[in-house]
Amino acid sequence: MTPRRKRLVLVLAILIGVGAAGALALQAFRENVMFFFDPSQITSGQAPTGERFRLGGMVEKGSVVRTPGSLEVRFVVTDFRHQVPVSYTGVLPDLFRDGQGVVAHGRLGTDGVFVADEVLAKHDENYMPPEVQRSLEKAHGGRLPPQSPP
Amino acid sequence: MIPELGHFALILALLLSGLQAVFGIAGASLARERWMATVQPAVAGQFVMLAAAMGTLIAAFVTHDFSVKYVAENSNTALPLFYRIAALWGAHEGSLLLWIFILSVWTVAVALASGGLPRPFVARVLGVLGFVSFGFLLFTLATSNPFARLVPAAPDGRDLNPLLQDFALALHPPLLYTGYVGFAIAFAFACAAMLEGRVDQSWARWARPWTASAWAFLTIGISLGSWWAYYELGWGGFWFWDPVENASFMPWLVGAALLHSLAVTDKRGLFKSWTLLLAILAFSLSLLGTFLVRSGVLVSVHSFAADPARGIFILGFLITVIGGALALYAWRAPALGSQAGFELGARESFLLFNNILLVIAAAVVFGGTMAPLVSDALGLGTLSVGPPYFEPTFLLPMLPLLALLAVGIHANWKRGRLGASRRRWLGAGVLALVLAIAVSFGFYGSPGWLTLTGFALGIWILLSSLVEPINRLRRGLMLPRAVLGMTVAHAGLAVFVIGVTAVQSYSQERDVGLKPGEAVTLDRYEFRFGGVQPVEGPNYDGVRGQVTVTRDGHALVELTPEKRRYWVQRQVMTEASIDAGVRRDLFAALGEDLGANTWSIRVQVRPLIRFVWLGAYLMALGGFLAATDRRYRTARARVAEDTRAGAPTQTEVAASQA
Repeated sequence: MTPRRKRLVLVLAILIGVGAAGALALQAFRENVMFFFDPSQITSGQAPTGERFRLGGMVEKGSVVRTPGSLEVRFVVTDFRHQVPVSYTGVLPDLFRDGQGVVAHGRLGTDGVFVADEVLAKHDENYMPPEVQRSLEKAHGGRLPPQSPP
Repeated sequence: MIPELGHFALILALLLSGLQAVFGIAGASLARERWMATVQPAVAGQFVMLAAAMGTLIAAFVTHDFSVKYVAENSNTALPLFYRIAALWGAHEGSLLLWIFILSVWTVAVALASGGLPRPFVARVLGVLGFVSFGFLLFTLATSNPFARLVPAAPDGRDLNPLLQDFALALHPPLLYTGYVGFAIAFAFACAAMLEGRVDQSWARWARPWTASAWAFLTIGISLGSWWAYYELGWGGFWFWDPVENASFMPWLVGAALLHSLAVTDKRGLFKSWTLLLAILAFSLSLLGTFLVRSGVLVSVHSFAADPARGIFILGFLITVIGGALALYAWRAPALGSQAGFELGARESFLLFNNILLVIAAAVVFGGTMAPLVSDALGLGTLSVGPPYFEPTFLLPMLPLLALLAVGIHANWKRGRLGASRRRWLGAGVLALVLAIAVSFGFYGSPGWLTLTGFALGIWILLSSLVEPINRLRRGLMLPRAVLGMTVAHAGLAVFVIGVTAVQSYSQERDVGLKPGEAVTLDRYEFRFGGVQPVEGPNYDGVRGQVTVTRDGHALVELTPEKRRYWVQRQVMTEASIDAGVRRDLFAALGEDLGANTWSIRVQVRPLIRFVWLGAYLMALGGFLAATDRRYRTARARVAEDTRAGAPTQTEVAASQA
């Protein structure tokens, strides 16, 4: 091969490689990205059933119910306008608490119960996940309801 | 009074950094000897001022001066001395001060080590570094003054975040920053070379040791963070593709590409403009990392501040630095063509593919990290990107990279004669495949094809990287530090790959509810729960669980996971208990009281997870070894002699020979 042809082959190989990588990455991205929904959006039917997504809001006070001696736990996530019941089996994070912000990953069942496979509350007590904060502000015209100290 | 002295020292440092920037860059362009002569004293003065500021803030922490807001927010009288000092970088303001201080240390090191370099070049390098320092100092003074007072003074502090009260995490930020900031040196070298309009092989030789050591520090910093997340956050893995982890990983990937590209520029005078671009990219990604972590746009354990003014300032600074450097690049790079050629099977080709694949990997990570921000900013919905995206797309460029490395180690410069060394790399490959099959079936059982590929690639690289040094030693030849460093780093990568493969393929974990006396079995390990007892520490109380692990009936170890409640911030923390071993880690973490005398417990068995960090530390060691090669020191002395004698530089000699 002449040096010119060789360089052409090299450049073509690189272009094909980069193109393939880009296409595959885009594909993986489209399949694996997770969207966020708040309780109001779920109640109005905007959230998909059967697909994984993130649910965020506050854990409604007094809604946490355990089956004694088992890892099963049920609680209600609220944005102070609508509520979504959540069921989860597993170890809850340290900062999961009544009346605190929470984000759950999982699927919405046909019975309207959100089955979580992951629950996140891994920040300090003053922390509020930003998407939860925004959804709460939307629900209350820019003001957060006063919270009683823990 | 004393905190005000620290504040004043910061202001003086700002002025000195401004002088350093102006006199360095302008002095070299206008060939003013006097201007250039002021640069080194400015560097020294700035270092003294920043050291004074650091000392002042540390003193405020040690003496519990809660009239300083930053101290009141991040310390407490019950906090042990070690963590009071580490609390300096426990939040936004102090981290910034640390960032600037480390930049100053690097700058002093460059100034001290640059005795043999041409004077205008040194002035430009220090000038660019001065500009970076000026930007960060201005930012600190304008938006994040760590010496701001609290009136009235707090009776006691709000304590350091309990998550940060940990030995590895105390060391994680300084090392990570040393790496981040170290890429500023390569960046300044690149800018200086572009300002001069000349990039030659000796330039690459100067830049190499700095880049290698910055990269090595970054490697240690990242792996300390990963290790900490493993045992402290209790998530039980070593990497979570968290946006902040990614922010440090992107400069690491591009830095690795830069290291290899610099080798080609140094040895063969090729890839010049590509090397410059990588140097700009590596530092830009470091700045972007700082921006992402510090501006509060990311949701993570690391995001401190959510003050929009800060984000906008850093963004502006980012655009100035990156935009300026790229404009300079667009102006100068076209003139920096390389004439020499190389054959397809030559080492240059392999390093070219190494660069392309590493940059693709960085781009993949970049896409996944930035997509949520972009989508959010454009109002396309709030989305999140996790491991299901990152894992396959990251492997895509990585698998060919590893295979090319195993072959490429045997390639020669310039000539593609892979046939001559075929026995070596093919032999090593076949042996690696056999060993991979033996290891997976012998120790773990029924591997998937990805598991086999991972083991085989890891072993192949390990064997390949050892062939050349062993041959040299057998023939009684010396191993230069650079070759030794390369070998150690590549062996480290191999160890890392083997570890990751084992962890990802054969980890087992379960969350269970157990009553005292009950047990759960994972693999061949039985975890028996023995109940909980109260414990008390210096600034927390809680409970300690007891988990006895046995294998085939033999007692192995007693794990004591804790659940702590820190008094000041009233934060509950899980303290996992881990039995570390070369072959496997046994992990137990205490969940919560489930009622009915039952506790939720998370147990895990992770084979070879220590290999992941061992591999990373070997890579860092390799970087340090390569950085201290004698060649770089003698090269400096030789250039100094050549310049003094008016002899032609090496590139000119090489060009006349070609």
